[in-house]
Amino acid sequence: MNSFVERARALLQSRRTPDPQKASAEFVAQADRGAAFQLEACVHCGQCAEACHFYLVTRDPRYTPVYKLQPMLKAYRRERAPFSSLTRMLGLAPDQLDAAELEQWSELLYDSCNLCGRCTLVCPMGIDIAGLVRRAREAMAAAGYAPEDLYQAAERALESGSPLNVRWAALRRQIEIQEKETGLEIPVDVEGADYLVILSSMEVLGFPEVIGALARIFRQAGVRWTIPSAGFEATNIGVQIGSRDVAAALLARVVEAAERLKVKYVISPECGHAYSALRWEGPNLLGRPFPFKVVQIVELLDQLAREGRLRTRGKDARRLTFHDPCQLVRRGGLGEVPHRLMAGVSRNFVEMPAHGAASFCCGGGGGVSAIHRAEKLRFAAFECKKRQVEAAGAQALVTACANCRNVLEEAIEQYGMTMPVLGLTELVAQYLEPAPAAASRQ
Amino acid sequence: MSATDLLEFARGPALAFSLFVMIAGSAWRIAAISRLGGRTDLSEPRSTRLFAGAMRGIFGKMIPREEFRRREQLSAFNAYVYHIGLALIAFAYLPHIQFIERLTGLAWPALPAAVMYIAVGPTLVTLVIALAQRFNDPVRRLLSGFDDYFSWFVVVLPIVTGMAAIYQPPVAAALPGAPAYPLPLAIHLLSAELLFVWLPFGKLAHAFLVFIARGITGAALARKGAAI
Repeated sequence: MNSFVERARALLQSRRTPDPQKASAEFVAQADRGAAFQLEACVHCGQCAEACHFYLVTRDPRYTPVYKLQPMLKAYRRERAPFSSLTRMLGLAPDQLDAAELEQWSELLYDSCNLCGRCTLVCPMGIDIAGLVRRAREAMAAAGYAPEDLYQAAERALESGSPLNVRWAALRRQIEIQEKETGLEIPVDVEGADYLVILSSMEVLGFPEVIGALARIFRQAGVRWTIPSAGFEATNIGVQIGSRDVAAALLARVVEAAERLKVKYVISPECGHAYSALRWEGPNLLGRPFPFKVVQIVELLDQLAREGRLRTRGKDARRLTFHDPCQLVRRGGLGEVPHRLMAGVSRNFVEMPAHGAASFCCGGGGGVSAIHRAEKLRFAAFECKKRQVEAAGAQALVTACANCRNVLEEAIEQYGMTMPVLGLTELVAQYLEPAPAAASRQ
Repeated sequence: MSATDLLEFARGPALAFSLFVMIAGSAWRIAAISRLGGRTDLSEPRSTRLFAGAMRGIFGKMIPREEFRRREQLSAFNAYVYHIGLALIAFAYLPHIQFIERLTGLAWPALPAAVMYIAVGPTLVTLVIALAQRFNDPVRRLLSGFDDYFSWFVVVLPIVTGMAAIYQPPVAAALPGAPAYPLPLAIHLLSAELLFVWLPFGKLAHAFLVFIARGITGAALARKGAAI
């Protein structure tokens, strides 16, 4: 395990020096069959621009999603595309990538892309632009062109396990507080539990009530669960910066915890990219299928509700709307699942226009919220989400991603709006049918 | 070289060469990309109906999603018109069907010539609109390069030269032998051959790449149960 982390750390260090040739080689390496067919299919129709909130709020054509792939396309066309030998011979191949160009594209591939996939949805040629940007970031990070903030977050994550330096002592303290709040014991390192709960640093620091909410829900549902004292961090800065080595090292900690405690399921918490990292990229990054299943917390709550194990009483009377985390709903396949849960606990649940798959990102996904230089642009991009929220006329916003929640809270404050942002798991826990003992006392 | 010689050249070696380049070039482009290899996805699929996902990608993407329709209305409508128009002109016009029959032995009923003449107008107009959008829209202008403009040119050229060629009785012009005015037909054939030669190398290859790209993405997203 240590060697895994050490290797990732050494590679990360060695890749901090800008190197256009290394970027070019990695762009080419990322262009496998699937990626190449997609890169080749673009007809430059520009429709993806109209799906991207960064373009919509700025009208800057450089923010056109497929344009962000230009360096990757150039490197691929020069080195690997069919007929590239011929075009090089005839002097018709694109120029070599240079440092100035890659520095310029660092903003386009990181600051102005949430990997939200709205562009993928609109592309008439079926190009998964967000997926290609994810690949392009591998080259940028490998060659020293990722934002400094993300390199530092990656180093912190390798060092402490968390991009925000959240260590076990901090989580243990939050667990103790939640145990006092709920009067329930929160199981830690229980071998043979069915479910392993991992958390995002943002939840531990900003929304620790989710731990108590889970304890209450799982008590009612009879779920055998545990939190690991090591390998509890769900977020993965590696998939955001675009470093498979960092991503694999961070994932390995979670997988090791799951294997050590012999759990059947690992619950991905309220965090969009954490789900994507563990559920979809995880086995590929580690090069083996997992001996456990990955289940997103919203999926599990929905399943428990359908099985009658999660029972609620009463509903929130406020006019609530739901913000769809991109990596869960659009890209992760959860679809209507969180909306079903919402309907179960909200009497006046209203949908935003174009909710679900075509919903706008909060503006902070894909690591953007961790890039300080991108803050102004992120707040500007929130304008699209703001219009959706306002059209719904909601009194409160609910979501199922701690990063979205934090980003939304910041943006709401920035825009002088007054709207609470709630977590779905906590909302569900708030309306749990009282436990028999508690009910009989009432 | 006389006009008749030019027509013979266009019908003979130039046609054979252009068809060879089109077929071999397209096959090479697909084969060269295919041999790049891919990775086996080790994550547990949410759905194993990948073929259905690919089909949803291929056919579903023909119609813009409702949420984006308003923003893309003009472009989408414009593209529909010239794609359908080009398909009609290429495959439903009697001389073209006869041309294909001579090459492949395959034939099908043609639409009346009058329908073809009517189809040419909107096709040309919408192609001009597409070019104007490429020049005027900052996004498309930024994305576009030689390939985009040359591809537009090689598509429009056979339509324009074809209009000049239909000045002659269409059946007579398409039959073997010397037509009354061989030069317009020769130029039309050569312009179509330019399109055949260019097709595998530039943006026109989207004629076949679109189905592959849509299928790949459709299957990959279906595997996750994600929106396509």
